[in-house]
Amino acid sequence: MITKKGINASPGVAIGPVLVLDTEEYRIPHRTIEASQLAGQIRNLDAALEASRQEVGELRAAAARKLGDKTAVIFEFHEQFIADPKLRESVAELINERHWTAAYAFGQVMNGRQRMFRNVADPYLKERVRDLFDIERRVLRHILGRAREDMTRLTEPVIIVANDITPSQAISFDKNHILAFAMNVGGQTSHMAIIARMLGIPAVVALNDITSDVTGGETAIVDGTHGIVVANPDAETVERYQEQQERYRRYSAELQTLRDAPAVTLDGTEVDLLANIEVPEEASAAMQAGADGIGLYRTELLFLSSPRTPTEEQQYEAFCGVARGARGRPVIIRTIDLGADKLAPSMGTHREHNPVLGLRSLRYCLLHLDLFKTHLRAILRASTEGDVRIMFPMISTVMELRQARATLADVMEDLDEEGIPFRRDVPVGMMVETPAAAMLSAAFAKEVAFLSIGTNDLTQYTLAVDRANERVAHLYASHSPAVLKLIRQVVRAAQRSDVEVSLCGEMAGAPLYCQVLIGLGLRLLSMAPGDIVAVKRVLRSTTVAKCERIARTVLRFDSDRQVLNYLRDQHRETVKEDEA
Amino acid sequence: MTGVGPDDTGCSVAIEREVVIPNKEGLHFRPIMKFVDTAQRFHAGVTVHCDERQADGRSPMEMLMLVATQGSTVRVVADGVDATELVTALVELVESGFGET
Repeated sequence: MITKKGINASPGVAIGPVLVLDTEEYRIPHRTIEASQLAGQIRNLDAALEASRQEVGELRAAAARKLGDKTAVIFEFHEQFIADPKLRESVAELINERHWTAAYAFGQVMNGRQRMFRNVADPYLKERVRDLFDIERRVLRHILGRAREDMTRLTEPVIIVANDITPSQAISFDKNHILAFAMNVGGQTSHMAIIARMLGIPAVVALNDITSDVTGGETAIVDGTHGIVVANPDAETVERYQEQQERYRRYSAELQTLRDAPAVTLDGTEVDLLANIEVPEEASAAMQAGADGIGLYRTELLFLSSPRTPTEEQQYEAFCGVARGARGRPVIIRTIDLGADKLAPSMGTHREHNPVLGLRSLRYCLLHLDLFKTHLRAILRASTEGDVRIMFPMISTVMELRQARATLADVMEDLDEEGIPFRRDVPVGMMVETPAAAMLSAAFAKEVAFLSIGTNDLTQYTLAVDRANERVAHLYASHSPAVLKLIRQVVRAAQRSDVEVSLCGEMAGAPLYCQVLIGLGLRLLSMAPGDIVAVKRVLRSTTVAKCERIARTVLRFDSDRQVLNYLRDQHRETVKEDEA
Repeated sequence: MTGVGPDDTGCSVAIEREVVIPNKEGLHFRPIMKFVDTAQRFHAGVTVHCDERQADGRSPMEMLMLVATQGSTVRVVADGVDATELVTALVELVESGFGET
């Protein structure tokens, strides 16, 4: 039995027979040819390039069908790369001037390029060496006239063990016959890992020399959740992993049955579980996943995905789509939250020294009133299509809120004059995501219809930690007592003014935090649609009394470590099993 | 229209402009594809410079090797009848962030 630790690239557990893919290298003899054969070699080259390009085109179409356009772009690039006039030109030059065979000349050109890529410091480009190998292998196969041999003919389910597999190999696999992947090389962002995750196949990468530990045919276990591969496991180990597999399967099945069950605690308190969405099409999918409405529609993607600012009509169509998709349930549309890490093409290229503290979000909108008014017009016009509500992000002063409301009033006046219908009583609320807004929530609560706590930014600004910066990311903790105290303060202020309060950060979707949030008084949680059933499961296993006890206890702690340990214990006790 | 190359006009002048790469991922697959597609719509030849490196604007491979990351300045140089239009189109494309998300 050999146990190896690698990088977890795609979660899940698989047990089964191993198939080792050899590296399939072509050895090209260094061969020169007679001048009379030159034209033939060039023709051979052109035909191989064309055939390869067509093959990649088919793969691209298959990838787009199976995995969506994001993956297809890899092959689109391969296609362009093969069609690169410089590639053909430099190979033809070697054939003509040095009288090399097409295969040898092509191999030499590709070698040179692979060397260049390996010497680049940029990790993204370094990773692209694999794409070059993929291209080289494909074209050489055509030059040498070998038959196409993709991994489409697997007849029994296997665990694929290889040094690495190329994106085109990964896409051509028959998903039903692959149990898992175990690779010598790779990282969490390599194309192979991305494709494995999209196909839902467990994968472990960066195992160094897994190919020399197995010969093929023996049994192996791939634990993609923890990045572990066991070759030739003993009976006891197999049993242990079978249990883990079974637990995981039961857990996912149980979650599915919860989809239509009400989100209510054991002592009968109802909680609204809403969905955070980014594209209009997600709205109806979210409702199917058991959402009670759309708690946060992020409008930025509309602006980020197109080189031009979307027109009023385009925005209106998108907002109507969300409102209709929600089938009469509430839809909270957050006004454009651009800036910092989300720069729209239309915003220009002005670089800020400290963008998260800079001209972003509502601040940007208040400086670009034309853009903002068009946006608000589109939202107001869509308000007749359902229970639409408007939410302003990134507010830290009462003046900002008043300015935003004044702009909204202007737009309403315009619509009135033009005789365009809209809901005049559309509820207007705001995000609480700066410590300032949290501290002043009592004042804000008097001026809005609802508050929504954005814990991602609130945590970042309260703890002064950028969680995308891996050197300080460990300091980022939404369960920090400081953040929890701010949440409590906002909830109390909302209750006193009798306005709705929800929480829409990632915290809302983490089952671990569910009880403490209920204990702090929240009854509206908005999360990624996929998280709803897991949170519902916790809710249905706990009582408000228990949640309140948990909240009281954690608020007495002074370190986030203490809070986390305590919440983990309480969570485990409530759901009565270890699902980690 | 007669004469498509800079050689037959006899009086072509190289047009050049500098532009900063605005998008987060820099010149990677998708932006390069858009860049090359745009360059191919014109007759003029185009070279792109970044620091001491240079690339043919129609070669995805060479463009990738520019390693132009977010914030780096690239110089677009075109020579030919429609050089001005070409440079304008390419600079606009870059400034628009390549329509990236």
